[in-house]
Amino acid sequence: MAEATADTVKPTAEKGESIWDDVWYSLSHNVTAMVSLGFIALVALLAILSAIFPQILPYDPYAQDLSQSFAAPSAAHWFGCDQQGRDIFSRVIVGGQVSLTVGLLSVSISLVVGVTLGAIAGYKGGKVDTVIMRCMDVLLAVPSILLAITFMAALGKGIDKAVVAIGLVSIPEYARIVRSQILSVKENDYVSAARVIGDSDAKIIFRHVLPNVAPSIIVRATLGISSAILDAAALGFLGLGVQPPQAEWGDMLGRGRNYIFQAPHAMIYPGLAITLTVLAFNLLGDGIRDAVDPKSRRR
Amino acid sequence: MFRYVVKRLLQAIPVLLGLSIVVFLLMHVFSPDPAPVVLGEHATQAQMHAWRNSMGLNKPLIQQYFSFLIGFLHGDLGVSYYTHTSVTKEIMSRFPATVELALVAIVLASVIGIALGVVSAVHKGTPIDAVSMLLALVGISMPIFWSGVLMIILFSGVLHWLPSGGRINPLLAPVGGTGLFLVDTLLSGDMEAFVDALRHIILPALALSLYSMAIITRMTRSSMLDALNEDYVRTARAKGLTPHRVHKHHALRNAMLPVTTVIGLQLGSLLGGAMLTETVFAWPGIGKFIVDSILKSDFPIVQGTVMLIGVIFVIINLIVDIIYAFLDPRIKYTKEEG
Repeated sequence: MAEATADTVKPTAEKGESIWDDVWYSLSHNVTAMVSLGFIALVALLAILSAIFPQILPYDPYAQDLSQSFAAPSAAHWFGCDQQGRDIFSRVIVGGQVSLTVGLLSVSISLVVGVTLGAIAGYKGGKVDTVIMRCMDVLLAVPSILLAITFMAALGKGIDKAVVAIGLVSIPEYARIVRSQILSVKENDYVSAARVIGDSDAKIIFRHVLPNVAPSIIVRATLGISSAILDAAALGFLGLGVQPPQAEWGDMLGRGRNYIFQAPHAMIYPGLAITLTVLAFNLLGDGIRDAVDPKSRRR
Repeated sequence: MFRYVVKRLLQAIPVLLGLSIVVFLLMHVFSPDPAPVVLGEHATQAQMHAWRNSMGLNKPLIQQYFSFLIGFLHGDLGVSYYTHTSVTKEIMSRFPATVELALVAIVLASVIGIALGVVSAVHKGTPIDAVSMLLALVGISMPIFWSGVLMIILFSGVLHWLPSGGRINPLLAPVGGTGLFLVDTLLSGDMEAFVDALRHIILPALALSLYSMAIITRMTRSSMLDALNEDYVRTARAKGLTPHRVHKHHALRNAMLPVTTVIGLQLGSLLGGAMLTETVFAWPGIGKFIVDSILKSDFPIVQGTVMLIGVIFVIINLIVDIIYAFLDPRIKYTKEEG
């Protein structure tokens, strides 16, 4: 024991008692996940600060200057200018507000509704389960982006509608995860014990069952934010997202498409912003999964 | 097996029925009135009323739904608000383009994805593994339309190697046949047209395949790593077989089972990606068609295309399950019993 290195001693010394302390300990030692978290924090910070203090932006993202139309990247305009001579760097920063908001809000919708439906289906079983899960099958019967676009066709353009559309189409994923997890934990002794002492169904689900399935839901939700950002960008690209002149990454790509050879920079930087943000969420999600389920690390 | 297929087909009926209700409600209840969009801002109330009458939009909703459903069962999806042509005809004339694009994309995704996944697993922990995994991660993180745009900028704009859009030079387009230009031009022996069709399909198929390729690479690697840790692989190694033989005949064959499922499911999801890829590359398939129809409120086309894709999705999932059951006798047995 005298030869035990710092590495072998450290985990037990620093490890906390709850599962979340363990998860955070493991996550904080995963360099890739932490760099990703840092990047996401930076994008979020810039988005929030630029919303509260627009003066931190180098240019007004909505101010047109036709003399600068399609100006190439330079010291004055780091990412160049778009067709209307608006500064692309400022618009990319502001665009983060929309993408992150859509990502977080739509995942919140699918999380709350999906977890509730999945929990009821898994816990109740029988006909309730069949009805809920058949409804979920209907939503899974076509590609989610097609369903989201169809929702948008009905609801109309706009970022609030995009949030609802993207949130709705992802509900089945969460419902399925939660249902299958609940099926596997509901026969455990602690659940039976809660039932015996007279706890209500809702109390059993929220107090005893959901905390046990929380880790897998959190992993899915982190990865879900990345697909929500991609879906939102796709809607924006197709002209179904924000209303002009609002800046949004997908919308910027869609508008730049007509000038693809004339001003490739108008498409390169918004696309890079989407890719890096989505990549960061994917890496963070992988990191959380490794922390929650150490067995997955072998892969 | 027959009983299992029949059971699965019966299970698909309520799902497709549910889908028809959702799509119908979205188009006829939640959507704004299409009349002003189709007829233009200057149309009078009387003109709009007459148009709604001619399209059957003034009938009770339930009647409209059942005529849509009965029509769908007979392959009649109504007529386009704009061209008054049969929706079924419009969809079918574009369908082969999407099928061809999706098939080429899934072949690219499978061949490259499996190769990268196997190489990664066999060389786990080496720089080759790290690079493949990084590529796979970037593949699932890049918006499909952005990768398409980057390819157009590089291969069409800078290098001038490949065309930036379209399906074939219209003068070379084959008439009749399967509608799959690569097959039709090859069968007719028109090599000039074949090469032209091939040059047009490379970029959109590659852009469309990237996401699936990434998923297949990750799945193959993970499944191959599991197989490489199995006892039978250790036994094969202990018998003195060459690493190549062990990897190919013992590990890969078993690792392919989950990969097959993923490939099948990806084929379905490619139909979603096709909407974006086709829009970027002006590819005349159903993906671009549905996007255009949504933007101009041509609801019969949207309804019809969504239902068609739903049916294809169900069939693909069924085929995937049957192939899976066929490849793994244990699953076949369990499912037939269940």
